[in-house]
Amino acid sequence: MFPDNQTSQRTGYQQRQLSDRSIQWLFITPTLILLALFNIFPLFYSLYLSFTDFSAIGTAAPVWVGFKNFSTLLNDPQIWKYFATTGRFAFLSVGLQTVLGFALAMLLREKFRGSGLITTLILIPMMLSPVVVGFFWKSIFNPSSGIFNYALGYFHPASAPGPSWLDSSSRALWAVVIVDVWMWTPFVMLLCLSGLNAIPDYLYEAAAIDRASAWFQFWRITLPQVLPLLMIAVLFRTIEAFKSFDLVMGMTGGGPGDSTELVAVNLFRIAFEGQWRTSYASALAYIVLVIIMAISNVYIRNLNKVRGEG
Amino acid sequence: MAVVTNPQVDKGSIEKGVNYSTRVDKVGGRVQTVRTIRITAAVMLAFLLLIPVFWMGATAFKVRADAIATPPKIVFKPTLEGLIFLFTDRSVLNQARSKRLKARINELNWYERIALEGGQQITGPSEYVTRLRNSVIIAGSSTILAVALGLLAAYAFSRFKVKGESDLLFFILSTRMLPPVVVTIPIFIMYTKFGLHDTHIGLILLYTVFNLSLTVWLLKGFMDEIPREYEDAAMVDGYTRMQAFRKVVLPQAITGIAATTVFSLIFAWNEYAFALMLTSEKARTAPPTIPTIMGRGGMEWGTIAAGSLGFLIPVVIVTFALRQYLLRGVTFGAIRQ
Repeated sequence: MFPDNQTSQRTGYQQRQLSDRSIQWLFITPTLILLALFNIFPLFYSLYLSFTDFSAIGTAAPVWVGFKNFSTLLNDPQIWKYFATTGRFAFLSVGLQTVLGFALAMLLREKFRGSGLITTLILIPMMLSPVVVGFFWKSIFNPSSGIFNYALGYFHPASAPGPSWLDSSSRALWAVVIVDVWMWTPFVMLLCLSGLNAIPDYLYEAAAIDRASAWFQFWRITLPQVLPLLMIAVLFRTIEAFKSFDLVMGMTGGGPGDSTELVAVNLFRIAFEGQWRTSYASALAYIVLVIIMAISNVYIRNLNKVRGEG
Repeated sequence: MAVVTNPQVDKGSIEKGVNYSTRVDKVGGRVQTVRTIRITAAVMLAFLLLIPVFWMGATAFKVRADAIATPPKIVFKPTLEGLIFLFTDRSVLNQARSKRLKARINELNWYERIALEGGQQITGPSEYVTRLRNSVIIAGSSTILAVALGLLAAYAFSRFKVKGESDLLFFILSTRMLPPVVVTIPIFIMYTKFGLHDTHIGLILLYTVFNLSLTVWLLKGFMDEIPREYEDAAMVDGYTRMQAFRKVVLPQAITGIAATTVFSLIFAWNEYAFALMLTSEKARTAPPTIPTIMGRGGMEWGTIAAGSLGFLIPVVIVTFALRQYLLRGVTFGAIRQ
């Protein structure tokens, strides 16, 4: 009787282990299949395409051309220009977002009546659809009927016109940066706020005992404590800036001329609109992919560090 | 507080120390002033940031002349013209026809009258109506799928030791890191081959996959917070693993599931790039449509604003409902408050 009981217990246990295992596979497999179909396969397929000559709307099958697409791309000064524009856009908008987002977080750090409401109100822009918002900003930037110049103090556009924004090749990128900053400063603020709230009070109390100046407290306590989260915000925004597509398409479509032509926008133009150079676009896509993978790798590593600490 | 009880420090320097710190004592006069300035600045900045949204709200209720007035009109007579123009196709009336129509104004209903004031006659519903319906169908179905599949995968990742778990999770997240155009090129070819281009099902599938990265990560975070002991206890009481999942874990995770659902909905609702590249007529959603709303003879900013406003209002409402989960949502559940 005794050994019998033991075996039945063990088989019961084994059965549950076994069913746990099958449940595990049952639960994960659908997700993995979908990912394989919509991610792994497309990635390998476009890697293959990038070494061929092929157009998605043509009838000819892909022809292997080796590294030709890549060498053409890397020798094309226009492409380098678009990368430079993207870099400038990323640098300007992420830089401004970081400074402003941190400043806003410092302002909202201490709770007051209605601070929750104010914080949520500030967060609204980042939840909106970039293309819709970007398109409406066109009317805001309009030099004669828009409120942007009006708010800058040009109250009589008919007699004293303010600067034009989206029609000017030197200011259009700035206009895009302004809207991007408007949309995403709240994101940086949100992350900074969470970092600030996590700083233990005793650090400040200890500093107060030592009669440390507010300046010293900021540089030695506040900033280092928030830095990991701030870094994450910056990395995340940098990745997003390199992907930027919706906002520019809504606001300028890359123009005037090619002054706001970001890499993602140009990629779309090569791959779809009119040109349909599928294999060439795949090569460019892979270059962008490698850049973004490099940045995301840093991002994930930092994320793990922060999570490990928290 | 530690400062106050410290007998070594004389009174004067306590106050001095207090002024430097915002944490030790909050009743000092200067601290109070700084606080007031801080609050005023925060409130003013919040309103400054929201001006574009207010302006959109105002423009949505302007007649065309007011919407493009120079200088911009802050005070105006509100009208529903923009909203009506958004949902209808119209023809522009010449004076004679306009006069004839005005003669029998009593036969017209309220929206036809408003259109007539703008000199136009309604000929039928606009394509925006279909586009908006597509948006609802596609966002809704893909969210349901992504949350359902995400729940299963998140549970497995949260409760079992999955081989290569961190690699798989990173892989799932990596779908989000790529520019949409990179993903779209091969998918476009695939879709044209299988007849999925410009179909609801094609876009639903793609949004589901994209949202899976969000739902798996978010839901895993929420499930990690539910103590394993609950299920263990239930299973000791005779529940199977499946029953424990259904009757213990799911009810516990319900707020997390709700938050995840809404985030997933917002993504699918706002998505533009895939819809632009993978649909053309039948399955096109609202975001690629709004920038193509053109008036008859010139930009109808009132109509565009009405469309944008209608499109954004659900998101604004949801933002308020979700406010305690926003941080999680935008960082894929990586950072919690």
